[in-house]
Parts: sequence; C-alpha cells; structure tokens
Amino acid sequence: MATKQIIHGIYSDEVPLLEGCKSLRASGIRVKEVYSPFPVHGIDPIIGVPRTRLAICAFIYGITGLSLATLMMWYMMISDWPNDIGGKPNWAYYFNIPAFIPITFEATVFCAAHGMALTYLLRCMLVPGARPKNPDPRTTDDKFMIYLELNDEQSKKADEILRSTGAEEVNYKGTIHIEPAY
Amino acid sequence: MHAESQIREPLIIGKKTYRDISNDIIAPIEGKANRMWYFLFTIASLAFMWGIGCLSYTIGVGVGAWGSNNGVDWAWDITNFVWWIGIGHAGTLISAVLLLFRQKWRMAINRSAEAMTIFAVLCAAIFVTLHTGRPWLDYMLFPLPNQFGSLWPNFNSPLLWDVFAVSTYATVSIVFWYIGLIPDFAMIRDRVIKPKMKKAYSLLSFGWGGSARHWSRFEEVSLVLAGLSTPLVFSVHSIVSFDFATSVVPGWHTTIFPPYFVSGAVFSGFAMVLTLMIIVRKVYKLEAYLTVKHIEYMNIVIIVTGSIVGVAYLTELFVAWYSGVEWEQYAFLNRATGPMAWAYWCMMTCNVISPQLFWFKKLRTSIAFTFVLSIVVNIGMWFERFVIIVPTLCRTYLPSTWNSYTPSFIDVGIFVGTIGMFFTLFLLYSRTFPVIAQAELKSILKASGQEHKDLAAKHAHEDHH
Repeated sequence: MATKQIIHGIYSDEVPLLEGCKSLRASGIRVKEVYSPFPVHGIDPIIGVPRTRLAICAFIYGITGLSLATLMMWYMMISDWPNDIGGKPNWAYYFNIPAFIPITFEATVFCAAHGMALTYLLRCMLVPGARPKNPDPRTTDDKFMIYLELNDEQSKKADEILRSTGAEEVNYKGTIHIEPAY
Repeated sequence: MHAESQIREPLIIGKKTYRDISNDIIAPIEGKANRMWYFLFTIASLAFMWGIGCLSYTIGVGVGAWGSNNGVDWAWDITNFVWWIGIGHAGTLISAVLLLFRQKWRMAINRSAEAMTIFAVLCAAIFVTLHTGRPWLDYMLFPLPNQFGSLWPNFNSPLLWDVFAVSTYATVSIVFWYIGLIPDFAMIRDRVIKPKMKKAYSLLSFGWGGSARHWSRFEEVSLVLAGLSTPLVFSVHSIVSFDFATSVVPGWHTTIFPPYFVSGAVFSGFAMVLTLMIIVRKVYKLEAYLTVKHIEYMNIVIIVTGSIVGVAYLTELFVAWYSGVEWEQYAFLNRATGPMAWAYWCMMTCNVISPQLFWFKKLRTSIAFTFVLSIVVNIGMWFERFVIIVPTLCRTYLPSTWNSYTPSFIDVGIFVGTIGMFFTLFLLYSRTFPVIAQAELKSILKASGQEHKDLAAKHAHEDHH
C-alpha cells in the first residue's frame, strides 16, 4: 500500500502559477489539479488536461434537434392531418419546407444549447446541493492553487519547486492511502 | 494572459487587486440597501401590483377591456410585446456577439445585460399569453397530442414560429446566464459569513470549485453557447417581424422588416442597458468597472444601429413610392400626415435625429446626457412599434372599416405594470446576484487594468532610453 502526501501550493497570481506547473512537470512531477478564480489560459497542455469533447456533444444534440423537428412537422403537417392553409403545398415535406425552416432552426439551437449545458453540468458534477469542489475556499477569490498527491521523495522536490517559483504557502494536508493496482 | 495595446484605454480604473474586485461585487449583496433602493423598489412594486390588478381584470372579463376594436385588433398588446422583446436583444448581443468578437469591454456589462434580457422576455411573454384572449387555452400553441381530431398547430404560420423562437430564446438565455453565474456564486459562497447566505449560495453555485478541467469545459460551453445564441438572437426578431411581413397589410408586407427589426431591437436594447447601468454604477459604486469608456462604446453601437434604423425608415418611404402600389403609398402617407402623425414624428425625432447627437465626443462621453438620451431612444422605439401597428390598422383597404384607436386605462395599466415588474425584478437581482461577471473581469485585470497598463507603459518607456 502506497502512502501519498497531499500538498496545496498557493500562489497569488497566474504567471508564477504557470511557472510552477512548468517546473513541476519538467522534473517529472504530476500536477493533479489546479484551482483558480478564473480560467488560466495555456495551462491545459502544461498539466495535461485533454481538450474537452463538449462541442462534439453539442453538434450531436443539434443534429438530434433538427431531426426531431423535421419528423414532428412532417408527421403533423404532411402525414397525420394535411390541411390546405393559404394554398401552401401540403402533399410533400419537400414542397412545404420553406415554411418549416424557422422552427427547424429553433429546435436545433434548443436541443444543442440545453443538451450541451446539461452534459457540461453533469460532466463536472455541478448539481444543486453538491459540496464545494475547491479544497481551499480562497481559490474562488484571489488565490491560485496547485494540488499535488505525491510520495515522500517527490514531496521534498515539489516543496522546493513550489517555493522557488513564488508560492506563498505550501500546505501539507495529510496523507491518503492508495491501493496498488495489480 | 493576453497583452493589450497601450493605445486602448484601461477597462478597470484605479489600483484594483483580485480581492478588491470580489469585495466590490459582494458589497451590495452583504450590505444593507440604502434609502434610494427602497424608494425605487416601492414605486416599482406598486406599479407591478397595479399591473397585476389590470391583468386579472383582463383575464376576468376578456380582452374587451382593452382599447382594441374590430379593425385595430392588434394595438398596445403587440406594441408592448415587440418593444420588450426588442429590449431583450441587447443582452444576448453583448454576451454572445461581443464574446465572438473578443470585445473585452463586454465583461463589465454582460451579466446585467443578460439579466435584463430575461426580465424583458418575461414582460413580453405576459402580452403574448394575454392577447390570445383566453390565456388558459394557450397550451394549444404547443404541438401536444390532443383529442380535437388531432388538431395540430399550423407550422406554416409565423405566429407559431414566434412561439418556438421566443421560448427557445428565453430558455437558452436563462441557461447561458446561469452557466456564467455559477463561478460567481461560488465566489460569494466562499466569502459570505452568515450561515443562511452561505447555504443559499452553496445551493446556487452547484458545488463549483474552479479546477482547470472545469474551467476548460466552462470556456468551451461559453463559446459554443455564444455561437448558438448569435444566430438565435437574429432569428428571434426576424421571426417577430415575419408576424407582420408575411401578412398582406399595406405597410407591413415588406422584405426590409427582418434586418430593420433586428437593428431596432439592438438599438433599444443598448439604450435600456445604458439606463440601467448608469443607475447601477452610481448606486453600487461600480464606477471603476463601468467606466465612461464603456458608456462611449455602447453609445457608438447606438449611433450605428440608430443610423441603420434611420436608413430603414427612409428606404420604406422610397420603396412605397417606387413600388407604385397605391395602398402601400397611402399607408406611409397616413403614418406621416394622418391623424396619428404626431406619433410618427415623435418616432422620427427620437430614433433618427437624437442618436446622431452622439457623433459629438463631448455628448457621448457625458453620463447625464447619455442617461436622458437612452430614455428618449426607448420612447422612440416604443412609438416605432405603435406607428407600425396602430395607424396602419386604423386605415386598411376598405375606407368603410376605417376607425380610430384609444387605449383603455387597462391597457395603460398592464404596460405600466410590466415596467414595474421589470424594475422590481432588476432591483431584487442587483442585491442578490453578482451584477458583474467577476471571474471574467479578474482575467483581464492584468491586461486592461489601469495600474498594470501604466506600469507596462513605464517599462516600455524605460526600454527606449
């Protein structure tokens, strides 16, 4: 069973935080997570955050909305109960399509936006009543934190790097036990 | 962190730190309201209650309580609906279109502008639900399975497109707004001391922690939602204009309507944002974030959209004359010289002439002048919708059906009520919600803050010598 030390490196700005992350990575230490009051641009490749696939989800939801709207209007206006309204062609979806474009568009946007927003909230586990996910409450205000889980040997090295890159505080928040993977 | 040209004026004035921004945003939430707030809130909620009274009366006795009559079957209701929906457009435009164009100055105003959008759409919704006459049957607007011989709504009708457009717009705006609010609620949650407030903001913040993974997704969602909202906002007012443009009423049946309505909407929306922001910056002491430069930028948008509206008015007149269609020509002659000519000229003065005053730098950087003009613009835009609807319907094809129109006190009451509701909601919002997107603002502090810009300028200067 391996024991790992939890370390919070607190910075007061984004530039030293980025430096800290770069130095840690250069010496082979994995940055588990970074917490900041606003998005720190350029940090994702440094700490190895993969590009999110949410935009692909939005596209799929959008296509779904488009298909649902098409199916709905075809069923209601062409198949189930065709009506002669102002002489507009009702014998084929294709001929009536100009009148259906606005709602097809709205349904596409509706599904893409809501589907994506819901996926985002669930992917981040952002739900009403969820416990705050930042280990230190100051990181939503004006502090930036590097969160590390390291063994003793790496801890010493990380401590040095954090302090030398301008961390205001290096807090040891206890240990966790990790079962080795067999 | 992005670098910004020295030529650009700072967007955050004074020596501010990240913590100062948090403090300034929290101040109205933790602090007690001043007398001015209670004074405004009392007036607004009284107007709101008066509106509820008139609204209930309408539901009780029917739309016969209104001034609308056999010929003029759309009047104050639709005028007010279009006016409110138009006002709402600025919020989405600021938060979505300006995000795509990477305009950093939007960050100080987008949150409140979006709140304004949502409240304005709620006000608009009151008129559309009520004008159907039997609002308890409004569910029939939606394509629900039913027992009336499968009577489906008519998807060929622009009125139904409007139902879909407005409901999509309302819900997507709320989602866009709330996604942006989550990190700011989290900041408040981590800062407030009172346990009840902490609990409330805990619930509202959905457990946000601000990790790099979450921020990365947050930015992607914001960007895609902005991309979706941009065509959405253009579609909504275009579809509202189709309500008129696809009819065969002279003066309405014109292809110019969609762009003309959209620019008019942006025009009035920015005016309303200015009215609100000038009050907010003063009452909550946010002058450092909502600077004169922000006001100037918004005034420039007002010149542009106001000029588009002016050109549209003139184009309408030209096309009516050039078309050779007698009825079309008379519709415009009647608007400009008929019994309601006063409304037409009021519209022309407020919408075409007054925004041109902003060409003077002195005027567009004057807060007092901007405040007055923003109200003038909204009066003008109300008259625009009135002129399109009422004088046109007073005199259509058959002279024997010509009649006049006067609003009843119920009409006026509901309109005053929606203004009351709008301000009641906005006043409540401004004391409980973070009125500025503080997380976004913090991200530009080091690039656009005055202190940091001065410092960078000094360094650049030293390097030269």
